[in-house]
Amino acid sequence: MEYEAVIGLETHCQLKTKSKMFCGCANEFGADPNTNVCPVCLGMPGVLPVPNELALQLTALTGYLLNCEVPNFAKFDRKNYFYPDVCKDYQITQFDFPSTTTGYVDFEFGSKIERVRITRAHLEEDVGKNNHFDQHSGVDFNRAGVPLLEIVSEPDISSADMAYDYLNALKDILIYGGISDCDMEKGMVRCDVNISVRPKGATDLGTKIEIKNMNTFSGVRRAINYEVPRQIDTLESGGSLVQETRRWDDDAGITETMRSKEHAHDYRYFPEPDIMPLRPSEEWLAEVRSHIVELPLARKQRFIMDYSIPAQDAEVLVGNMPLGAFFEKAVDGSKNPKAVANWVINNLQARLVEAECTIDELKFGPEAIRELVEIIDCGAISNKGGQEVFNELFNNGGSPKDIVDARGLAQVSDSGELDKWCRDAIDTNPGPADDVRNGKENAINFLKGQVMKASRGKANPQIVGEKLLKLLKG
Amino acid sequence: MSNSDFDIKYVANLARIKLSSDQESRLGAQLGDILGYVKKLEQLDINNVEPMAHAVPLHNVMRTDEIQPSLTNEEALANAPKKGNGLFVVPKIVE
Repeated sequence: MEYEAVIGLETHCQLKTKSKMFCGCANEFGADPNTNVCPVCLGMPGVLPVPNELALQLTALTGYLLNCEVPNFAKFDRKNYFYPDVCKDYQITQFDFPSTTTGYVDFEFGSKIERVRITRAHLEEDVGKNNHFDQHSGVDFNRAGVPLLEIVSEPDISSADMAYDYLNALKDILIYGGISDCDMEKGMVRCDVNISVRPKGATDLGTKIEIKNMNTFSGVRRAINYEVPRQIDTLESGGSLVQETRRWDDDAGITETMRSKEHAHDYRYFPEPDIMPLRPSEEWLAEVRSHIVELPLARKQRFIMDYSIPAQDAEVLVGNMPLGAFFEKAVDGSKNPKAVANWVINNLQARLVEAECTIDELKFGPEAIRELVEIIDCGAISNKGGQEVFNELFNNGGSPKDIVDARGLAQVSDSGELDKWCRDAIDTNPGPADDVRNGKENAINFLKGQVMKASRGKANPQIVGEKLLKLLKG
Repeated sequence: MSNSDFDIKYVANLARIKLSSDQESRLGAQLGDILGYVKKLEQLDINNVEPMAHAVPLHNVMRTDEIQPSLTNEEALANAPKKGNGLFVVPKIVE
């Protein structure tokens, strides 16, 4: 029998705030353990958590960017369970009235635009971090209380690769919106995956298996690629699946049953009495909407349309937001957007990586790239000369025109001087000259080379070619 | 209200409390009494009362995103039964 996979993702991402969700401790990665903690995030009795307004704004903004509804009423609830990284024995989250509901993400998958529907994106607090030792575990609560957005998708995903592309599209949107830095290395994005399989074409859903503990997108892809065949094999061999939570072991490359949360599914949600409900005003929401940005997919399509650059180039520029912004400024008013894209992608990006610096640290502005392209296009300097100008720009800044003058890079297009070089080349190389006269046009390249040599690279090769042909063939 | 409306063993397990059978019947009865007491609320006519998420008529109580001083590590761990390397030390967590 042929099976199909039905996959939904719960994506958690840390919001880009200075302070935590319900207290003023720093939202900061890498501090000494238990130094960004206070009575609120340590769950001491008698404290009063107060929601961070920026976190609420970023949540609403996420709603708008994911085409969600942003309801005019939301509230916080307590999700009760015991685990050492939850010091209050409950997590503050949003249960039945989340801050955003029912949206979708459109993204490229293969050659098509796919849509994954979003059930909801709700706000909660992150939990502490467990460190495991031989005999004991140790808990650091610096992360506890960091604002965490949980973005729940509908089970619209059908393969590991589609999940991977969805996650990357989601991440790009969150980065573009300034909602999260989505730094995977710092654990800012984590995923739970819900997977079931069913006979192809069936409408009922199969038994749902949840996989937890994934902090890389490639891990999600591998876990799905492991889990789907496992479920199919179980069914094919006459077995049955039980609804359970499994853990992804990235080293072993397998999923395995989790023991700890067997009885933890009754979370006994109830309204968080310490926090007042939310009724975002139209004014407040309008302020949030003023931060709506162009989505990466729309940006890519616009780059391709407006600048006639290849899809791969547009993808590179959209995938690297600062580089794309630099390109947009450089290309503004340029007659040759393709060349500008080439310089930004092939030269600038490579040099930035090599020099380990960011675009903010550049010694020149985007207009310098536009000017450089213009100078090359009008024949004032060669491509090779352009390379030298770029290197100088990168190392010391300045304006391309000044660099061309200072370094004497201008190509010679002056007829008299070129004439002389061409005649010399023909006179001293009668063999190749005859070849060209007799129709072996390739031989002209040798003569061209001689002229370039004589001019020490400054002759305009296109004009040289034309001139040689004219002299030889009349 | 009778005990049959809830499972005292299940509730005890959720709360991670180990009860003897004596305690189960005694606490079960007490919990049943409490629920019965609260159930009196069902006798109220609330047809004209809007559903509410909080008894206090306040909304949108928020704070601006500003960092406030935290505790020192020593203060944070002052009441910890066991500590080491700046961490709260707990029994080994097995997933």
